[in-house]
Amino acid sequence: MVVFTMRLLKLLPLIMLLGVSAQAQSPTYGVGRTPTAEEIRAWDIAISPTGEELPEGSGTADQGSQLYLEKGCAGCHGTTGAGGLAPRLVKRDVGVLEDPWNYGRILPIRAPYATTVWDFINRAMPLNAEGTLSADEVYSITAYLLYLNDVIEDDLMVLDEESLPKIEMPNRENWAQVPDWFPGQPRLEGYPY
Amino acid sequence: MGSKKSDRREFLKQGAALAGGMTLGAATNSATGQLEGPEAFIQGTDELVGYGKRSRFVTSERIAHGGRPSPDTFGLDFHIAAPLQDSVGVITPSSLHYIGTTRGAYVPDIDPDKHRLMIHGMVDRPLVFTMEELKRLPSVTRLHFIECAGNRANRRHTTVQETHGMTSCAEWTGVLLSTLLEEAGVQEGGDWLVVEGVEEVKGASSIPMTKAMDDCLLCYGMNGEAVRPQQGFPLRLVAPGFEGIFNTKWVRRIKVVDQYYMTYNDFGHLTQDPVNAALGYQIGPKSVITCPSGGQQLPGPGFYEVSGLAWSGGGAVSRVEVSTDGGQTWMDADIRGTAQRMAHTRFSFNWEWDGSECELQSRCTDEIGQLQPSRAQAGEFFNQSGSQPRVRGQDNSIQPWRIESDGSVHNAIA
Repeated sequence: MVVFTMRLLKLLPLIMLLGVSAQAQSPTYGVGRTPTAEEIRAWDIAISPTGEELPEGSGTADQGSQLYLEKGCAGCHGTTGAGGLAPRLVKRDVGVLEDPWNYGRILPIRAPYATTVWDFINRAMPLNAEGTLSADEVYSITAYLLYLNDVIEDDLMVLDEESLPKIEMPNRENWAQVPDWFPGQPRLEGYPY
Repeated sequence: MGSKKSDRREFLKQGAALAGGMTLGAATNSATGQLEGPEAFIQGTDELVGYGKRSRFVTSERIAHGGRPSPDTFGLDFHIAAPLQDSVGVITPSSLHYIGTTRGAYVPDIDPDKHRLMIHGMVDRPLVFTMEELKRLPSVTRLHFIECAGNRANRRHTTVQETHGMTSCAEWTGVLLSTLLEEAGVQEGGDWLVVEGVEEVKGASSIPMTKAMDDCLLCYGMNGEAVRPQQGFPLRLVAPGFEGIFNTKWVRRIKVVDQYYMTYNDFGHLTQDPVNAALGYQIGPKSVITCPSGGQQLPGPGFYEVSGLAWSGGGAVSRVEVSTDGGQTWMDADIRGTAQRMAHTRFSFNWEWDGSECELQSRCTDEIGQLQPSRAQAGEFFNQSGSQPRVRGQDNSIQPWRIESDGSVHNAIA
């Protein structure tokens, strides 16, 4: 009983806080309509690093290597992932994996999460036919690009909604977070400029 | 003879007709001694009645950034710079506002009646708005600059359009993002937003909830009319003081999330270095003299108003100083009008040029005390060697202009 009261007292400020914030967040204008779950699913293409929005599907680098040619990726990015008009997709020293920051801005090697690679191919490729790739195709092409960059070693490894977010990209922990932002803050603490 | 007379009669008739249609009042001399009228008139065509046009004598135009096509190997210009050398006041005309795009000249052609904005994710009430519904909500109108992270001067640039043309300032009208987020009810832990556009890459940036709730705007209006397609018609985000890419155009979706999403736009900012990450986020205090500036010509010694623009992502500009001796001594410039938060601010300085070679510079301080540095000062802070080190993060260093004794003005970055 005493324990219960103690717990309640500890929780009380939190409960009050929640009550206040809920009150502050009730709709004021009532303008706009509620989307259906189906609508949200269709619109929601942003993939988080933890991958919860990833659709069901799967693919391998082996399959991706075919799709890379069939879907026209090679036309702009070069048949080997380099040498085309579009940004290069493969690091220079194939077969070696050194400091990923030494390779320039190559998405499938520099990105800290494989989800960023998947997300960008899914939303923005191929040129003039964006959004036409199936989930399986995006998994396959993502796998191929990771394979080309020695991030995954097995061209038959299956990438799917479970395994993709677990890929250990070489930069996974090796990047600088932007500072917490609050109103009126300087750009960099202690920097006068 | 007869035919000649007839020709002459025809000519006079035609001449009268032409004068009537095109050049009324073009008298070459006035018997009464009055001043002459204009040499010509512009006929008020339906086009000009419907939507005005500037004088044919005003030819100021945007250019591909740096005066050359961008490194985009598709050969398209994806960064287009505003002609700041011709700017007056603080508003950049919509037609001259700088542009950053992902794929050159292609921008979405959106029917506003069909456009929808969805807010979803970690909210109590996901919502979809038509443009008409958004316009029913309380609106605000604010001046804000938008500047590209790549607005970095180098010694090869010759004009202020090349050194600084990827910043512009407009009067933006729209709904506060906080209004929409409060309407949807942000849930506990919804610390980030992903704001996404309609264009082919569906550009999306992660934005902190603190910023969204503070002063972000979803804008349908720009300089008194609808936002231009190149600026995100029918709806764009303005994230005041944040680098250009955060100001998502053609906005159709806002997702409230619990973490930094590392979108492709975020990936573009990725760095190993926390200092670079911090300095490549919110724009620093920055100013530039637009007149006289590189490529301009002073006709001779005498009085000139030195005029320029100052701005900061940290808030309002509180002070602008001008140096006429290459940064050795500084004098306060006048701030014209009221300095607005995260907006271009016009400054001026009365100057008597004695005709000798000199170097003009400007620097500003913002309301939170950040000072615009010289390149050397920025370098010294990080113990970088050399007189002209690369400024870390977004470049907000002082721009020097050298006036030669013949009155020509040159970029003085060494």
